[in-house]
Amino acid sequence: MRRFLATTVAASALALMLGMASARAEDTIDPNAKQGGAITITYKDDVATLDPAIGYDWQNWSMIKSLFDGLMDYEPGTTNLKPDLAESYEISPDGKTFTFKLRHGVKFHNGREMTADDVKYSLDRVTNPKTQSPGAGFFGSIKGYDDVAAGKAESLSGVTVVDPYTVKFELTRPDATFLHVMAINFSHVVPKEEVEKYGADFGKHPVGTGAFKLAEWTLGQRIVFERNADYWHKGLPHLDKITFEIGQEPIVALLRLQKGEIDVPGDGIPPAKFQEVMADPEQKARVVEGGQLHTGYVTMNTTMAPFDNVKVRQAVNMAINKARVIQIINGRAVPANQPLPPSMPGYDKEYKGYPYDVAKAKALLAEAGHPDGFDTQLFAMNTDPNPRIAQAIQQDLAAIGIKASIQSLAQANVIAAGGDKAGAPMIWSGGMAWIADFPDPSNFYGPILGCAGAVPGGWNWSWYCNKDLDAKAAEADSVVDPAKAVERDKMWSAIYDKIMEDAPWAPVFNEQRFTMKSARMGGADNLYVDPVHIPINYDNVYVKDVQ
Amino acid sequence: MIAYLGRRVIQSLLILLGVSLITFALLYLLPADPVRQIAGRSATPQTVENIRQQLGLDQPFVVQYWHYLTRLVSGDLGRSYIQRSEVTELIVSRLPASLLLMVGAILCELLIGLSMGLIAAVKRGTATDQTLMVASFVGVSAPQFVVGLLLLYVFAVRLSWFPIGGYGTWRHLVLPSLTMGILGAGWYARMMRSSMIDVLRQDYVRTARAKGLARGAIVFRHALPNAILPVIAMIGIDIGIFMGGIVVVESVFGWPGIGQLAWQAIQRVDIPIIMGVTLVSAFAIVLGNLLADIIAPFIDPRIKLR
Repeated sequence: MRRFLATTVAASALALMLGMASARAEDTIDPNAKQGGAITITYKDDVATLDPAIGYDWQNWSMIKSLFDGLMDYEPGTTNLKPDLAESYEISPDGKTFTFKLRHGVKFHNGREMTADDVKYSLDRVTNPKTQSPGAGFFGSIKGYDDVAAGKAESLSGVTVVDPYTVKFELTRPDATFLHVMAINFSHVVPKEEVEKYGADFGKHPVGTGAFKLAEWTLGQRIVFERNADYWHKGLPHLDKITFEIGQEPIVALLRLQKGEIDVPGDGIPPAKFQEVMADPEQKARVVEGGQLHTGYVTMNTTMAPFDNVKVRQAVNMAINKARVIQIINGRAVPANQPLPPSMPGYDKEYKGYPYDVAKAKALLAEAGHPDGFDTQLFAMNTDPNPRIAQAIQQDLAAIGIKASIQSLAQANVIAAGGDKAGAPMIWSGGMAWIADFPDPSNFYGPILGCAGAVPGGWNWSWYCNKDLDAKAAEADSVVDPAKAVERDKMWSAIYDKIMEDAPWAPVFNEQRFTMKSARMGGADNLYVDPVHIPINYDNVYVKDVQ
Repeated sequence: MIAYLGRRVIQSLLILLGVSLITFALLYLLPADPVRQIAGRSATPQTVENIRQQLGLDQPFVVQYWHYLTRLVSGDLGRSYIQRSEVTELIVSRLPASLLLMVGAILCELLIGLSMGLIAAVKRGTATDQTLMVASFVGVSAPQFVVGLLLLYVFAVRLSWFPIGGYGTWRHLVLPSLTMGILGAGWYARMMRSSMIDVLRQDYVRTARAKGLARGAIVFRHALPNAILPVIAMIGIDIGIFMGGIVVVESVFGWPGIGQLAWQAIQRVDIPIIMGVTLVSAFAIVLGNLLADIIAPFIDPRIKLR
């Protein structure tokens, strides 16, 4: 028997949460927001695809979120979950069954009503190997996933359509991240008839339930979004039209912004111009700064001598002058002392990390049997500023006797070296660093610090595998009850503290995001550095010069 | 003539085949796994293997290359790994922009280069000649990225004569054409100068001068038509330089051509697009050379096709 939640306490907590969520649904509309108007946003690169099952870069991430919806979403500008296409949800006491009640009257851009069948179809599609979705792995906890992934079944046995407005998920294990999974783009709902009509080109002809619909896509030139007048969330979006101009160098985009031709340079402020912009009070006033779920780190291959000695890894942690590295990127970051970024739940504010202490680092090296240091290699991606950062780290390491030669390579080559057990002793993660898929502490563990990622071709480049921590991680993720979220976050903090004791990484900094906007753009600052709708929450921003 | 043409076409096809083989082999040897890239960082090993199989990337090199070639014959360049669209569609949608830029650039380089060369030849040995030759040297050696940004800054940002990048009207075309043209103009100025000096030394010019013809008439009516022909024959060969230039210039000006497409694909290791653009460029270069060779004897009867 399912209950609304395991306990009455939790039930009331959830009721409160849901109550707040529905109240917030109205609250999220800024009372000052004006309706109408059009904005122009530029990007350098082509938009890869607008298929929610496939798009996986920071450029199309938020665009897809504006064209499609998932069962869950986040309150604008925050990391707080709220129901979206779902009206409400229930979690069984064992945390293995999630039942979602869908909103009535939600329509796809083609006019058809969205129902539970579409939810099931979308999940069957994203997990089907033929779809080649980079996000299929997120759904691994759903019953029947393995059969679909292996090509033995076409449909997930764990997803059941109870009635047109109710869909039930059965999981093979309790999964505390499941509500987040229902909010990532890969789970967004697509209409079967349109997918079948366009086949592999659905990404160029996206049809969803989102706040905007695609009006034009001229390859290599522009994409135009038009307001979806039938959007179920009344009052949203504020803008009538968004034009994305493609193929513009960031430096050209900045010049055009200064001339008032565009509203947001999507690629941000070019590093070479950053100080100039920040020195000009008029321009600086239009810069928005925010945290992001990112950590830049140096991995040390724990299976390769001498990094198989924990003292050596700790010495490296103490040798790096993080403040100086941050200077290299014009102060666009804050120093990091643990894997999780500060804006992530589970971040341990009490943890102080390893101090910058050259003498102590030398002493540790000597204890490890390397009083005169050793020779090693530091891999880094070859685009600015990463080689310069690698050089700063190289100098810091030289100060304690470690002579690291820099291997500056293309991104794909560094990733390949990291995924090879004997490939790279040290890697500076810049340009490939982990940015969370969803705001949950578990997302920084599995693929990059857990045993599952320490496989050939994996992303755990320090090849750190601690079975005990894997068990603890599984235990933390089985705490599904939202009322125990704080307790769960503490469990995760303890896991990361233990990781830092073993020091497979030297965390260096957490990058800050800087977005610029034209003077006519309105809406709270956190919409322009939204932690989930990256880079901008298109649905909620507005312009001030209409009406 | 027909035999010559036949031989040249076969040669050209062999060159294209060679280019495809070398590019395919280089991309195959690249220490980056395209499957991992498609599968993403959260993929299970099984997903990775499934995708590898579907794309046929688990096959040996020769089989993969053979599949590519057989599809190529029917005009299928495959699908982009990142964008998931057909490469043919991506290239076809961008080709008109690149061709337009090429026409603009050729006009610019001929206009600037030929007039510079002409003036320098006529004023040979003077300060004007030296200034023009230094200018042409600068034009040849200045990085196009810098030239492009400078032109943008001066004529678009400061003076607002032209739009800051983009595509659509003739005004958008001016600055990128000029950036591309300045490089070629440097070469053409030098070629035109020496060709013109050659012609001016010819007997018939001396005769014309002895007859008492006006200097303008000698230069424009007698010397120029003869001096210009060998220079124009070079345009076909120029296409190779263009193909290199558009990668940079299209990126600077946000020009939606195949150069920009290539640059993005290289950065993202999107192998099918890199292959496609390389083949299309190679085709253009081979075609340009072929045309230049065929046209040459018509322009200069001293050249014979064998």
